[in-house]
Parts: sequence; C-alpha cells; structure tokens
Amino acid sequence: MTVMSPAAATGQAPAAAPAAGSGLRVLRALLRNKLAVLALAVLVLLLTAALFAPLIAPYDPNAQNLLLRLQPPAWQSRGSGAHLLGTDQLGRDILSRVIYGARVSLLVGAGAALLAGVVGTAVGLVSGYFGGWADRVLMRLADVQLAFPALLLALAIVGFLGSGLWYVILVLGFTGWVSYARVVRSEVMSLRSRDFVTEARAIGVTDITIMRRHLLPNVTAPLATIGTLHVAAAIVAEASLSYLGLGVPKETVTWGSMLADGQLYLGTSWWVAVFPGIALMLTSLAINITGDALRDVADPKAYRR
Amino acid sequence: MSDIALDRPPAATSDRRHDRHATRLVLFVLRRLGTAVFVLLCTATVSFFLVRLSGDPVKVLLPPDATAAQESALRASLGLDRPLFTQYIDFLWGLPRLDFGNSLAYGQPVSQILADRLPATIQLAAAAMAVTLLIAVPAGVFAAMRRGRGSDRAVMTGVLLGQSTPPFWVGILLILVFAVGLHALPASGYGTFANLVLPAVTLAVYSVAVVARLLRSSLIEVLSSDHIRSARAKGFGPLKVVLTHGLRNASLPVVTIVGLEVGSLLGGAILTERVFSWPGVGQLTIEAISNRDFPLVQATVLFFAATFVVVNLLVDLSYSFLDPRVRTSR
Repeated sequence: MTVMSPAAATGQAPAAAPAAGSGLRVLRALLRNKLAVLALAVLVLLLTAALFAPLIAPYDPNAQNLLLRLQPPAWQSRGSGAHLLGTDQLGRDILSRVIYGARVSLLVGAGAALLAGVVGTAVGLVSGYFGGWADRVLMRLADVQLAFPALLLALAIVGFLGSGLWYVILVLGFTGWVSYARVVRSEVMSLRSRDFVTEARAIGVTDITIMRRHLLPNVTAPLATIGTLHVAAAIVAEASLSYLGLGVPKETVTWGSMLADGQLYLGTSWWVAVFPGIALMLTSLAINITGDALRDVADPKAYRR
Repeated sequence: MSDIALDRPPAATSDRRHDRHATRLVLFVLRRLGTAVFVLLCTATVSFFLVRLSGDPVKVLLPPDATAAQESALRASLGLDRPLFTQYIDFLWGLPRLDFGNSLAYGQPVSQILADRLPATIQLAAAAMAVTLLIAVPAGVFAAMRRGRGSDRAVMTGVLLGQSTPPFWVGILLILVFAVGLHALPASGYGTFANLVLPAVTLAVYSVAVVARLLRSSLIEVLSSDHIRSARAKGFGPLKVVLTHGLRNASLPVVTIVGLEVGSLLGGAILTERVFSWPGVGQLTIEAISNRDFPLVQATVLFFAATFVVVNLLVDLSYSFLDPRVRTSR
C-alpha cells in the first residue's frame, strides 16, 4: 500500500483531470480571464460584507424608524446622506439590510452546495465503483429525485416541516445531489478499470481506501465546477423560498423577503425592491461566471466550442 | 447481413428488419412507461407521507378555541381518523381515476379545482414556449455562425445574465419598467393578451438562455462535421447550410437537456404566477401549502411530477423522429 498508492495514483492520473496539486495553475489561468477576475472581486467584496456585516453596516438591519418611512436613496432630491440606499416601509436602512442579507445567501449557498457535494460524491463513487444492483438502485433514485421539481420539494418540506435556516440548507442540500452523483459516477466508471486501480486492488487495498485515495482525487476538477454553479443555484433557490414567504423566519434579513416586501411598494418606492434584486443578480452572476471560467480551465475542449 | 441478403429476396429482409425495429420500439416505450409509473408512484408516496409528517390540518381549519369534540368530529368527517395505511391505500386507489379526494380548504373535489386552474397555466406555458423559440433559436444560430466574434460574445453574455437572474426578479423589473414606468402593460390580472405579455416573457427568460446556449454549442459541433463540409463544398450559402443540414442534427442534445430542465421551468412557473398573481396551478400550490390542504398539496405535487415525467417520455420518443439512427440501431 505505501509502495503503490499515492505515487502510482498521481503518476497515472493526470491524463483524466488536473491533479489536486495544480490549484496554482488553475488560479493563474483564472486570472488571465478578465471577466472572471471581475467576478472574483465581486465575490471577495460580498464575502467581506457578509463576514464583517456588524462592522460595515451603518445601522441595525431591523431597527425601525417610522418617521423616516420609504426615504429615497441619497442622490434623489428627497434623499439624505443618512440612508444611502433609502429606507423601507418600516424605516429600516436598506443598505444595512442588503449587507446583512449577504450573510444568509452565502451561508445557504455554501452550506447547500457542500452538503449536496458530499452526498452526491458518495453516491457517485459507490454507484460507479461497484456497479451492479447498487448502481441500478441509486440511479433509479436519481430519476425519482429529478422528477420532483427541486423548488416544489423544498416548498413542500419547508412549508410543512417549518421554516428555518438549517431546514433550508438541508432541503437544498439533499435535493441537489443528482448532478454531482452522475458526473462522479461516469468519471469513476472510466477510471475503475485503469491500471492504478486494478493494481491497488490486486495488492489488497480495501474498496474504501481505493475510493478515497485513488478515485476521489481524480474527480475533484468536475466537482469544483458543479459545486460553484450549485452555490449560485442554491442562493437563487433560497431567495425564491424567502420571496414566497416560506424560507427562513421573518426576523432574518434575506434578499428574497426584501424583494417580496418591495414588490408591494413598486408604484411609489422602487428602491425597496431594486437594491436587494441587484445584489441577488450580481451575486448569482459572479458565481456563474467563476464556475464557467473554472470549467474552461479544467476542460479546455469545452472552451473552444 | 450479407449472408442473409444472398438467400432471401431483399424486400423480405427489409420487412423483417422493420418488424424487429417495431418490436424494439414497442419494448422501449413499454419500459419507459414502466419507469414513468414507478417514478409517479414514488412521488405519490413521498408526498402522502410528507404532508402527514407536518402536524394536524384540523388545527389550521378550526379556530384556536375549538373544543376537543369539535376537532374529532371534523377529523372524522375528513376521514383523517382512519389508520394511516387505510388512508394511503385509498389515496393510491383513487389516483388512476383522478380522484384525489376533497380539498380541506375549499370543500370541492381536488380534481375539479385543478381543472379550473389548469387553463391559465397552460396558456402561460404555451406563450412562454413561443417566446422561447422565437428568441432562442435565432439567437443560438446567430451566435454559432459568428462564434468567437463580438456579436457572439454579446449573445453569450445575455445568456449568462438570463441564466443567473431569478424569475421573480425579472418579473419585478418588467413590472417596474412596463407597468409603473411606461404604463404600457398591466402588472397583474388575467384574461386579455396584454395581461399575458409580462408573465410569458418573465417565464421565458431562463429557457431562452438555456436553449440559446445549448443550440449554439450543439450547432458549432455539428458544423464541424463532414456532411456540412460537403454541403459547403457544393456551394450552399452559410445560412442555407445551417438551416437545411445543421439545425435538425443540432436539435437532439438541445431537446434532451430541455427535457431535464423542465423541473426548473416548473419551479419558474410557480414563481412567475406568484409575481403576477396569475390564477394557475402554481399559485394554487402555494395556497395549498400555506393552508395545509393535504389532498390539494398531494395533487399539485403529483401534477408537476407527472408533467416532468410525460415531457421526458416525449423527449425520449422524439429521438427516433429527430435522428433516424436511433430507429435503425438501438
């Protein structure tokens, strides 16, 4: 085992996918893509806003001031510098709420993508490596999962079992595993008959170890792409649930619930809906651009198309 | 093959081969139908037990100060006092007859309520599909023919924007511009053509992006193949080559992926109906979930799953029409 495994695995693998050690190469390639650099900058800004929200936000996001209801943004004639992006129907500061909203969005996005990635990768490894009835059962399960519109399932579960941040993460995590599983499965199926796997098995390496040390490192590149794109999908899904009033509880500030509130005041006060909407769109766009760029780096053939 | 051809007249061979292909197609359809029924059965079971995990609909239907006797009377009249397994069997037994029971909130048969809401959703979906084809196909062809140039990148940026923007935000923006700003179109309502425009465009944005992107990459791949080069060599112009030789071959992967995207589109329909207060099945679903209307939730969930399953069944069957090779091989 010590003689064979890591050296043999990395020695033979790079043909299939960039080895795990090439993170620097990926980063350098990403930095050559101007759009991706811009997207990464937006993401860094967002992450900073989310992490340091209490330090950056000018007000408590839930502090009401009924005397200053529906104040327009600072650059409008009735606006004031005290509330840069204006206030909502309860006089809460919109800039502060947008900043705090980034917390929920990023937490749900990252949490759901991580959970779905772990579940999907495990399913894909087992399905692709063992084949046979395990594969048939798991892939049939994937068909059933796909037939259930994810948003509808999330709606039903959250609507019936109760709202809450962790519920939303769990639901979006457990409904998003299929694409990970399919990709990992097909990669593993092509890898399992390669020499470094059969040799490892011949010298008595256990199945679990083969999956963990020899197969997993070879599927990280496609996983990174799917994972990135899934973060955006989960953020949009959480915003959708919150927009429908079935996501996280009302006290938690989210872009989706801000949009739902804002829609009621579109006729008079556009800024209540527009700023959280822009934040949501920019976030999703930046993550998708990063995901696309990652895929182009990992799979140059797809890029040329 | 050549041995057979030697000792039999060619017509008979082709007949027999045709029979074999017909049998294969029937078997294929039967197998896919079996899978579809299995998937729907799973969906029905999950939704049945899911709604029952959540607590008591009787508590929602009655005022908070109702007595225990009133509660149990209502429970008995709704059939919720029977053993769970009996309820489950009854539920499954009703499905083939489209009998989903009575709505707890409205008191009417669920199938009747669904039938009332269905036309609005079909109208919205059909309009969105028309918008999608009208925009996505020309955009995809255009981008593929000018790939790598500025105009291709512009289309692809639009595609990325469309894919990243949630439908309710598109809807709110459209309301802001066309209803609040220009007073050109109504922000909600149902019945006239003007009412349909904004919801249809809202729902179409995502699918336009998906279809245009897939069609572009699929066309680019097809355009590099041999038969396209021969067509070009014969002196056909670029647009004619694409329209007569490229589009049909490029449509196969597009159709496949669109089938799988139907799930996201249905989710988009729920959100779009909510933004514009559209009286369709999507709105009904949200109402049913907030009311804890068990039978109605089960039926709407099944409706969406059935739509997905049927569309994908049609997608599988359409292969043999789009690609003759599927008919003659496996």
